[in-house]
Amino acid sequence: MRGVSAVRDAFRRARAESRAALILYWPVGYPDLATSVRLVVAMARSGADLIELGVPFSDPLADGPTIQRATYRALQQGVRTGEVLEAVARIREAGVEQPLCLMTYTNPVLAWGLEAFVESVQKHGADGLIVPDLPLEESAPFQSALGALGLAWVPLAAPTTPDARLAALAAGATGFLYFVSVTGITGARERLPDEVVGHLRRARRMADGVPVAVGFGVSRPEHVAWLATEADGVVVGSALIHRAESADFGGEAVEAFVRALRDAGRWALTDGLSPRSSRIGK
Amino acid sequence: MLVLIPPPLQERPGYFGPYGGRYVPETLIPALEELEAAFWEAMADPGFLAELDHLLCTYAGRPTPLSEARRLSEVAGARILLKREDLAHTGAHKINNVLGQALLAKRLGKRRVVAETGAGQHGVATATACALLGLECVVYMGVTDMARQRPNVFRMRLLGAEVRPVDAGSRTLKDAINEAIRDWVTNVRTTHYLLGSALGPHPYPVIVRTFQSVIGVEARAQVLETFGRLPDVAVACVGGGSNAIGLFAAFLEDPVELIGVEAGGEGIQSGRHAARFADPQRGRSGVLHGTRTYILQDPWGQILETHSVSAGLDYPAVGPEHAWLRDQRRVRYTTVTDQEALSAFQTLARLEGIIPALESAHAIAEAIRISRERPGALVLVNLSGRGDKDLETVSVMIGEVAGCEG
Repeated sequence: MRGVSAVRDAFRRARAESRAALILYWPVGYPDLATSVRLVVAMARSGADLIELGVPFSDPLADGPTIQRATYRALQQGVRTGEVLEAVARIREAGVEQPLCLMTYTNPVLAWGLEAFVESVQKHGADGLIVPDLPLEESAPFQSALGALGLAWVPLAAPTTPDARLAALAAGATGFLYFVSVTGITGARERLPDEVVGHLRRARRMADGVPVAVGFGVSRPEHVAWLATEADGVVVGSALIHRAESADFGGEAVEAFVRALRDAGRWALTDGLSPRSSRIGK
Repeated sequence: MLVLIPPPLQERPGYFGPYGGRYVPETLIPALEELEAAFWEAMADPGFLAELDHLLCTYAGRPTPLSEARRLSEVAGARILLKREDLAHTGAHKINNVLGQALLAKRLGKRRVVAETGAGQHGVATATACALLGLECVVYMGVTDMARQRPNVFRMRLLGAEVRPVDAGSRTLKDAINEAIRDWVTNVRTTHYLLGSALGPHPYPVIVRTFQSVIGVEARAQVLETFGRLPDVAVACVGGGSNAIGLFAAFLEDPVELIGVEAGGEGIQSGRHAARFADPQRGRSGVLHGTRTYILQDPWGQILETHSVSAGLDYPAVGPEHAWLRDQRRVRYTTVTDQEALSAFQTLARLEGIIPALESAHAIAEAIRISRERPGALVLVNLSGRGDKDLETVSVMIGEVAGCEG
C-alpha cells in the first residue's frame, strides 16, 4: 500500500488505537545524508505514523532558524533533490513501511520538472507532497500530477484562512490538511496560543472527514497531549531537531523522544466517547 | 490630477503571461487579497489620489526635472536626457512607491510596516514615509549590504526605523526579503509589508508598477513639451525592476525602443553577475519570493548568489512584468559590467556635475553605448538615484583600479 491509501491508513490506524497520528519532520541531509537516513529509520521504529522528509532549499521562507540552519547545512554538503530521492529509497530498503511525504518548496520541483519529479517521488517510494509556498490557486498542476499517480497532496491552512477556503483546501487534500498552529514560521515554541483549539475545530468542521493535522511550534509531549483530541495528527519538527542535536544525533535519544510524543498522543478518555463523537452538536 | 498607469488587464489576473502569481504560504493569502481590494478601491478614490499627489508634490519634490546632458551628449553622439529621480526626496525613485503604499497601510488600519532593503534606498524611503505618517517601521537588511551601505543604515536609524541585520544565506537583498516575509507571516494582522520593487506575490508587482508609473508619465510629457516629439529610446537599470517599469509604463504603446539594463557584474562568463536574462544557463523560469519569473538558479532549483558592484541590482530574480515584456520582445534587456558602470559613474560626475547611484550608472553606461551606435537619437535615461551612498564603494574601487588618482 502506497500513496494516498498509505497516508489515509496511517490516520485510520492511529484513530483505531485511540490516539492522534504522530507525524515527524526531518530535513534530509542533516547533519549528513547517512545520519539523516539512520535517524528517520529510528523514528519509524519508535512509533512515527508518518514522516515528512524536508528537501533543502536555499530560501526557505516558511521556516524558522532551526530548520533554516539544518537545511543550509544539508545544502552545503551537496544534498539536492536527487540525493533526497536516493535517501527515500534507502529508507525503504531499511524496511520502513510508514508513509513518507516530501516537504519541498516550489522551485526545486519546477527545476526538476513537475511530472518527472512526481514520477521519481513514486519510483523511490515516497507517498505524497507538502509544499509550503504553494497556496490553493497555484496548486492545481501539482494536484493533478500527484493524483494521476495516486500520490497524496497535503495542503496547508492557517489561522487566517477563512472557512470557505478551508473547505476548498480540504476538498483538494488527498492526504490530509496540514493546519499551521500559528501565524508564523516553523520553530519550537514554549507554548501555543489557546486560539489554536478553536481554529482546529473550525478546520475539522470544514474538512468534512479529511484528516486534519496540526504543526508549527508543537514541541513537547504536553503540547501533543493537549492537541491529541483536537486534531487527527500532530506534527513535530524543530523540537525533534533540537533533541537530536543535544544528544549528538544519537538514535536512542531520538527514539525515546518519539515514544514520549507518541504516548502523549493517546486520548485520555473519561466519558467513553471518542473525541470526534463528543464534538458533534457543538 | 495625478495620473498613474496600472498594468493592462491580463487574461489571468495577477499574471503577466506565465509569470507572476502568488506563491506564498496560505497564512498570507487573505492579507494579499485585502491589499489588492484596498489598492483598487484607493485607485478609484479621488481623495486617495489627491492625498498622494499632494505628498508627491509638496514633500517628495515631484515632478522631478528632465535635464538634457549636453556635455555628455557631445561626447557620446546622441541627445541624452536624464529623468532626475535622484532629485526626489531621499535621493531615489523609491519614495514614489513608498508614499503610495504607506497611505495604503493607513487605509488598511495597519500601524506597523516591515520592509527589505538592498542598497538601503528603499529602506531609507520607507523609514522616511513612516516618520512622516507616524507608522512603526522595521527594515531588514543583509549584513553584507549593511557593511557596504553604512550611511543608509545610519539614515534609517535617524529616521526612527529599526534596522534588523540578516545574517543568512548570501546576506544581501534576497535574504532580507526572506526575513521580511517571515516577519509578515508572523505579524500579518497588524503589519503591512512594504515591498520595494515590482516583484513578489500579486498584487505587489501591480501596485509598485502603478505607483512608479509617475516617472514615465512625467518624463513622457516633459520630453514631448521640450522636444516636440517622443524619445527614440528609453533606458533604465533593472534589479527587481521598479524604476524601469515605472519609466516604461508610459511608453509601452509608443514607438519608443525600451532598454532594460541588468548588472553584468564581472562579466556573464564569470558567473559573477546578476543578469537573469543574459545567462541562459543559470537564468531560468522559476519561483522565488512569491512570484514566477526569471531566476538565477542551479540545475536543482537552488537560488544562486549574485554579484554586482551595485547593491540595488544584486538580486537573483526580476519582476514578472519584465519577464513577460522580455518574452514579448517589447523591451530589450542588456547588461553592463561593474567596470563599465564605474566608468559611467565618473563620466557623468565630470561632464554633468551629477553623481549617480551605481545602479543608475548602469543605465548611463548603456545610454552612452547606444549613443555611439545611433548618433542624433533622442535617448531618455532614468537617473533613478543619486550616488552619495556609493562614495565609499567607488573610492575603494577607483583606488584599486587606477591607483588612487585622487
